[in-house]
Amino acid sequence: MPRTRNRPPLDRHAVERRVLAVLRVVVIVAAVLASAGPLLYGIVLSLRSLPDVIAAPLALPAPGELDFGAYSEALRDESADGYGLARFMRNSLVVAVGTTVLAVACSTLGAYAAARLRFLGRDAVNGFFLAVYLFPGIVLAVPLFVLFSRMGLTRSLLGLVLIYLAQTVPVSLYMLRNYFRAVPASVEEAAEVDGCNRVQVITRVVLPMALPGITATALYVFMIAWNEFLFALLFLVDDRERWTVSLGIAQLTDFTVPAPVLMAGSIAITVPVVVGFLAAQRLLISGLTAGAEKG
Amino acid sequence: MAGAVRRPDNGEVGVSVMTSPDRRARARRTRRAQEELHGRLLVAPTLLVVGLVVLAPFVASFVLAFQDLRLIEIRSLGLGDLGVSLDNFADVLSSAGFWKAARTTLVYATASTVGSVLVGLVLALALRRPFRGRGLVRGLLLIPYVLPVVAATTIWTTLLNPQYGAVNEVGRRFLGWEAPINFLSTYDIDLWGLPVPVALSVVIAFEVWRSFPLAFLFITARLQVVPRDVEEAAVVDGASPLQGFRHVLLPQLTGVIALLALLRFIWSFQNFTDVYLLTDGAGGTQVVAVRVYEELVTRADIGAASALGVLMTLALAVPLALYVWASRKERA
Repeated sequence: MPRTRNRPPLDRHAVERRVLAVLRVVVIVAAVLASAGPLLYGIVLSLRSLPDVIAAPLALPAPGELDFGAYSEALRDESADGYGLARFMRNSLVVAVGTTVLAVACSTLGAYAAARLRFLGRDAVNGFFLAVYLFPGIVLAVPLFVLFSRMGLTRSLLGLVLIYLAQTVPVSLYMLRNYFRAVPASVEEAAEVDGCNRVQVITRVVLPMALPGITATALYVFMIAWNEFLFALLFLVDDRERWTVSLGIAQLTDFTVPAPVLMAGSIAITVPVVVGFLAAQRLLISGLTAGAEKG
Repeated sequence: MAGAVRRPDNGEVGVSVMTSPDRRARARRTRRAQEELHGRLLVAPTLLVVGLVVLAPFVASFVLAFQDLRLIEIRSLGLGDLGVSLDNFADVLSSAGFWKAARTTLVYATASTVGSVLVGLVLALALRRPFRGRGLVRGLLLIPYVLPVVAATTIWTTLLNPQYGAVNEVGRRFLGWEAPINFLSTYDIDLWGLPVPVALSVVIAFEVWRSFPLAFLFITARLQVVPRDVEEAAVVDGASPLQGFRHVLLPQLTGVIALLALLRFIWSFQNFTDVYLLTDGAGGTQVVAVRVYEELVTRADIGAASALGVLMTLALAVPLALYVWASRKERA
């Protein structure tokens, strides 16, 4: 059948195409506003004073009226009439960096094995890690709370590091395995011929070549550990000295803290994550969605 | 797979030329044994951590669900104190508000799953063809996903604040609302005679807002490998844009959409943090996850909290089994 004859009347196509073209623009604009709007709103509010906000909730501050006082108030220690956010950030940094180092170390070794070595149960290991990924959070919270209290690990940042480690290792192993598979095996073999043992192959050949992937994985782990709330709440709520950023901001919303200070705090804890994400955006996305194209 | 195509012995050519086949075979055998050992050693740290912090507690939650146990008793708890009692399940299932919370959880998980996958799909399609600034738009769309959840809930809470929040201000100034709406604790309001849930809609909207970027990324990744020729052939054959989408593109996306729907459903179903931070369970948003927390922390009843967790796990096994069954059937 000649293909050109097969067309239904042109107007349906033209109408659909025109409507879709308009809808496309509307959808994109609306989505960008909805995604970025709240963050922008938070930034604007953090730069105004509370009386101004109450008097005119929708007004934008003139450049001369910008007030950065909320940031220093949020960050200052309680002893200096502040809210102690700098200390929360230090705690979170300790937890997040500790988790990241351990998770990257564990998952690098495991991912190398899963990508390169044949050993009994390799496929079982892969499936098992993905299954773990499906049961995070509240279901495990009760037994973990009981076990960690029994071991005296609640009320310590170490307990959080252990939990975040277990929660991030499966996914980072999966991500890293995909990166390692993209590194040609021939280079490693050449290194082996030159007399490197397994550990040397990993540290001298695989790591440098997979460095972008490892950076992305590290960032992913850092973000999870920096943002986590539930276990910080369960373990540390009574211990203000050890509050992490998420727990700290959440607890402050329960007190009568002025909105601009809360916004300043929220923006301050967002900055490290957003900067890191933008720096490694491409790598992170390709790592997280690896395998999706096969689905 | 990389492991399968690794050379057997070409690296040892220099040696093997001078040795007997027998010795070469032995060298290969020790290599295999070594690979086996190294493989196990290298995954051991990960297995250990995951086993201790995920698997052991998971098993423990089943054991705890059958105990009559209070938080205060765990310091002195020994293995000899363990018994088997179904009281927790009986109590939990008959307690006030359980079935309502179960229904709320189901509505919350279903609506936010459908919402986030749908929004992600529409945006992935809208951004499929390149245009100037597409990279920037893509980056901006990822903001809700990257934002720390506590920062996001704090900003939303402020936006919806009845006193100075932007939403109520817009409503009163431009939409003629008579009184501010307390979005995070109001059960429902009458809209043209229909009761519309308020707080529940807000927590669902929040979940959609936070999780659509992941759906968007996954579907975008899948779209990038869809072969162009079938679609072009459909156009030549006279398919309209919508027909082309419905009959050519959509069938190729079902796999990734099903996977996303499964993951989203499982995660939303047990989401505690977002609901707790936004409403604390008020205004008809008490999901089962919030009840688990309340049993554990407020009532210090470990047995009941574990029993709820076990019930959630069992409920989640259903969609998981459905997914596995459907994808097996698809492949066969």
